[in-house]
Amino acid sequence: MSVFAAEAVADPGWFLENAWLIPVIPAVAFFGIIFFGKRLPRGGSELGIVSMLASLVIAAGMTLQWISHVDATHGTPVIKQWTWWQSGGLHFQLGQHIDGLAVMALILVAFISTLVQIYSTEYVRGDRRYTHFFAALTLFSAGMLTMVLAPNMVQLILGWEIMGLCSFMLIGHWWEEQANSRAALKAFFTVRVGDMGLLVGTAMLFGIFGTFDIAGINELTAAGDFESKQILMWAAIALFIACIGKSGQFPLHTWLPDAMAGPTPVSSLLHSSTMVVAGVFLVARIYPVFHVGLEINLAGQEFNLIAVIGGITVLVAAALAFVQDDIKKVLAYSTVSQLGYMMMGLGVGAWTAAVFHIFTHAFFKCCLFLCAGSISHTAAHHSFDMKKDMGGIWRKMPVTFATWMISTAALMGIPFFSGFFSKDEIIDSAKHNDYTIFYFVGIIGAFMTAAYMTRATWLTFFGTPRGGAAHFMGVESHDDHGHAAHDAHGDDAHGHDDHGHDDHGDVKHGRPLPFAPSDSPWQLTAPLIILAALAIGSGYLNAPAVGTHWFHHQTESSIGLHEAAGHGEEAAHDEAADHGEETAAHGEEAAHGPEPAEIYTVPPAPEFKWSAAAPGLGLVALGIGLSAFLSKAVFEDRRAPFAGLTRRNKLLGAGHRFLVNKLYLDALYENVIVKAIAHPISKAAYWVNQNIIDGVVNGAGRTGKDVGTWVYRNIDQKLVDGAVNASGTVASETGHALQPVQSGKVNQYGALLFGAAAVGAIVLIITNV
Amino acid sequence: MNDVLTDNQWLLTVGTFLPLLGVLVMFFIPGTEEKLHKQLLIITAGATAVVHAITLVLFDYGQSDKLQFFVDEEWISVIRSGYTIGLDGISLPLYALSAFVTFLVAIYTYDNMPDAGNPKAFGILMLILQVGMAGSFVAQDLVLFFVFFEIVLLPMYFMIGVWGGEQRQYASLKFFLYTMFGSALMLVAILALFFNTDAESFGFSHLYAAGALIPENTQIWIFAGFFIGFAVKVPMFPFHTWLPDAHTQAPTQGSVILAAVLLKLGTYGFVRIAIPMLPQGAKAWAPVIAVLAVIGIIYGALGCLAQTDFKRLIAFSSVAHMGFVMLGIATLTPMGINAAMFGMVAHGWITGMLFFIAGSIKHRYHTLEIKRLRGLLIQMPKLGWVFGFAAMASLGLPGLAGFWGEFPALVAAWNPAFGLDETLFRVVLVIAALGTVFAAAYLLWLYQRTAMGEPNPEFVSGDSAHGGHGHAPALSAAANEHDDHEHADIHDVTPIEWVAWAPFLAAIVLFGVYPQLLFRVLDPAVTTLVQHVGAGIP
Repeated sequence: MSVFAAEAVADPGWFLENAWLIPVIPAVAFFGIIFFGKRLPRGGSELGIVSMLASLVIAAGMTLQWISHVDATHGTPVIKQWTWWQSGGLHFQLGQHIDGLAVMALILVAFISTLVQIYSTEYVRGDRRYTHFFAALTLFSAGMLTMVLAPNMVQLILGWEIMGLCSFMLIGHWWEEQANSRAALKAFFTVRVGDMGLLVGTAMLFGIFGTFDIAGINELTAAGDFESKQILMWAAIALFIACIGKSGQFPLHTWLPDAMAGPTPVSSLLHSSTMVVAGVFLVARIYPVFHVGLEINLAGQEFNLIAVIGGITVLVAAALAFVQDDIKKVLAYSTVSQLGYMMMGLGVGAWTAAVFHIFTHAFFKCCLFLCAGSISHTAAHHSFDMKKDMGGIWRKMPVTFATWMISTAALMGIPFFSGFFSKDEIIDSAKHNDYTIFYFVGIIGAFMTAAYMTRATWLTFFGTPRGGAAHFMGVESHDDHGHAAHDAHGDDAHGHDDHGHDDHGDVKHGRPLPFAPSDSPWQLTAPLIILAALAIGSGYLNAPAVGTHWFHHQTESSIGLHEAAGHGEEAAHDEAADHGEETAAHGEEAAHGPEPAEIYTVPPAPEFKWSAAAPGLGLVALGIGLSAFLSKAVFEDRRAPFAGLTRRNKLLGAGHRFLVNKLYLDALYENVIVKAIAHPISKAAYWVNQNIIDGVVNGAGRTGKDVGTWVYRNIDQKLVDGAVNASGTVASETGHALQPVQSGKVNQYGALLFGAAAVGAIVLIITNV
Repeated sequence: MNDVLTDNQWLLTVGTFLPLLGVLVMFFIPGTEEKLHKQLLIITAGATAVVHAITLVLFDYGQSDKLQFFVDEEWISVIRSGYTIGLDGISLPLYALSAFVTFLVAIYTYDNMPDAGNPKAFGILMLILQVGMAGSFVAQDLVLFFVFFEIVLLPMYFMIGVWGGEQRQYASLKFFLYTMFGSALMLVAILALFFNTDAESFGFSHLYAAGALIPENTQIWIFAGFFIGFAVKVPMFPFHTWLPDAHTQAPTQGSVILAAVLLKLGTYGFVRIAIPMLPQGAKAWAPVIAVLAVIGIIYGALGCLAQTDFKRLIAFSSVAHMGFVMLGIATLTPMGINAAMFGMVAHGWITGMLFFIAGSIKHRYHTLEIKRLRGLLIQMPKLGWVFGFAAMASLGLPGLAGFWGEFPALVAAWNPAFGLDETLFRVVLVIAALGTVFAAAYLLWLYQRTAMGEPNPEFVSGDSAHGGHGHAPALSAAANEHDDHEHADIHDVTPIEWVAWAPFLAAIVLFGVYPQLLFRVLDPAVTTLVQHVGAGIP
């Protein structure tokens, strides 16, 4: 696993060598759009789409070359770098680090960005900041692409923060409304809190390994070439805090639902392949640091930070998804929950499954968001409120409906859809690697996913059309109905958590009834169909159930650690000799310095058995059935024991309120922490500044003036030798001289400051003689 | 420690004193020729900038650790002080920065003369200021440095005191006397240093060699003198209270120059004088500096959050940013000092830009009260974007210049040099990283409050064609009463402003995207300097 041996490889191919162009093209296009976009016939969107297509072509060529490269070299990364900055004689680079993980992410981001941009041409048509929208979208993709091919941590930070900037611009796209600008600020700021960990963690990594290079860090960690395992652990924790912020993990997940304030294509891009995936990607990218630092897969370990945070996130976010009325927020929490799965997968040592879940999730989640946009755009009067403006639209939106159902099935993990293969492997690995608790978290999460998605599907597509959808379907709107359904929910303790509206274009309400003959225009549906096809197909790249391990084969060199031999057919590695001492080596060596020969390993993927998957699948089926029954009972038939339950039963009501208020975490952050710092603490600090520190200065000046006056009257005037007291006199003179000009308070300074200087000088001279 | 190159000896002298020629000409032209004076100011500052640009071209970047264009002439032989000037990689960026900033500020002045008028006096002062700044960066003799260092004070005092805001007199005198107080102690330190090195010479090269031999305790005492002198100038917590007043009251031009160049005299003094001349003193003081720096970072940020005035907020942000610079210096590592030097230049461009924006907002709205400003992006989209850009740069977004002053400083703090207390510096590192979060908070909060949202109806008048969004004539009529002028003339960025600002914006992007441009110049000189310091620490 010699990651530095790039030079040994004969010409890996043009596309692999020049993969750095993939982010550069959209970055250049960004400036093109900003400066010339408004003068172009299509407002700059053509530049964005062309640049993304160009990136996609290079990414595709690169992927093909990588596949043959893997066969030739066992996946040696293709590294190419140029000096970016230097310090203390060390040169730091900018460039590319192409390996299986980077290839996967590059093609994914380029592909999804292209589709999202095509979709956006219709979706934000006529928007007041059309050009800026495409500029930010393009830069966003450039940021993610820069990050995923980063050969070192500094470039990774660059891409990471560019995304933060773009999310600020895009979430706050309609900043005229305060709620949107607040959401943008919140997103940037929450992520920035996490980024503190990224800066500190990176500084620590540099301190430990003396390099920012990802290849170097991985290799040195895997070889145990570091001084203190404890410091490595702290570095891993610091970096993981950044991932918590970026990937919306508990407890910093609160910004993600608010981020729905942005236009839907942004949400879909943000939630599928960019931004929120960055945190998971970082853990996967420098996996050895986390694996070794947090002692993942150490014999007997039941918990570790990553698995715990991931597990909590799976359940908490899924629970929150039940109480949302806004379809995008259901999907947002669903993303958070699925990111929890990925983190949990990484936390239990299932690297391949977690990374593969990034891959499959991107397609079906992007598809779901674009479906939501399509519904809102065409059927729901630009509303996203499932209870008020949707229902019963499946007949008139066949494409949207079909693609939604396919993606939902993939999300739920129904067999033979892509999500099944990736998610099931995470759950299976948790069990297999003796993280039993996380196995249960996984299957309960699957149950909840099935249930909340069934609820959302019911509210959106079935039942009686309401509000905008009723208009769309050409039926009478039962306004009281929609309203009552909302009331049935108990209380509206939503605070500022309003339902999103994408109604910012020139499109006006009140089109003739029924105003749309059928489904959305092709710019919206074409991406949906492509993504839905991938929501099924992408799973077969690594489908243990049908014996495919292709994806694993392509990416395994990126893990940075060897796979422990033992089970699994993939264990036929040439270094199999090491595996004997692997469990022992994992243990107690930290105290007396690691030996160079020591190798850390990850466990192999478990072999797939239908019997192992059965409990999870049973729960998914149960979730669908139960939720379908309850949804119909509560929202459609309003049957007695179920409807309005949260109002009548105090305990359920309290639980519901707890969820609606996002576990009160937002209240804690915004009303307690942020408010405290923004108001009393900063005010107090400023008061200290004005009254104490500046008070000392002013007081010193005032005293100085008094001393000066006294000296002038008693000493100077009484003709005592002036030379000794020159300092005071001069000050006093100055003070008097300035009096006519001054308001009186000021000449104090001179006297004392000179006096103090003189005293200081005397002290200094005395002590030095 | 420095070797010297003696090509083109005329260059630095011309580059430093050329503005005086303009001063001379302007002196003999009556003050009523206002336009002519503004033009003369631009021409002189422009010519100086050209000379500085030539310096940049002729500079041998392969040997940036050596003093170039070196001159060593007799000056005041009685006190063994010489006219010794030269430039190396540490001073070159700041030297050039001073001329470019002055030139751009001069251009800006053409359209935006502060209310007190009298461009003749204003221009003369600005040119004298430029002499002092450039001179401070080329001086290689302690007395010469001190003279230039003090020359800077006077023009700035008058700039604030005459052309400043309502409390200009308080602010200007506070600025002047506070700095004088620091200077007085520094002068003592200079003399102590001189007499402790056998009173042979004030030349830097002599003091570098001989200063390191002074006993440790004495070094610590002398360093204390320098510390106060430079810390006031930086300004470091708790010597910073003159800064918000001076910045807030100063005219835009004064604020920009103050932020962009003057503050750097303090940090430059640490790097150029205090640390290499007194290595053991520096080592003893480094933890103190680090702690004060990090207090400054957090404290400055909290101060920002408490502000209700746009300009005062930017002023406080300087305290936080200079905290990062001082933190980098306190590590005494090449990484940290490089970061500090980069941070100085970056802060010059970024905060200078923010003060320009504050000035332009004040010019249009006649207020900088955050509460009254809303929806700048609607009324002045371009200015709003420039503001957003500068805010992002200021909060240290990677890819823009500010990042390169902060991140390497943090990295350096993990492993400070010469056996400094690691635990202390690591704690400082974490707290300083928290400062980057605060920076995002105060800047974006400011941006959200002032730039986003709908414009304040107070400033939306029907007859001002550019605003054009709302109506509410009654409200705007009411607003007129407490405005100085008839009504606020809200217009977007003017051509003159673009000319003055574009180089700032370009530099922020250029140095941010490709920091090697600057690190390449700094690094050899900084590495040599740190080696010298290391040699002086047993």
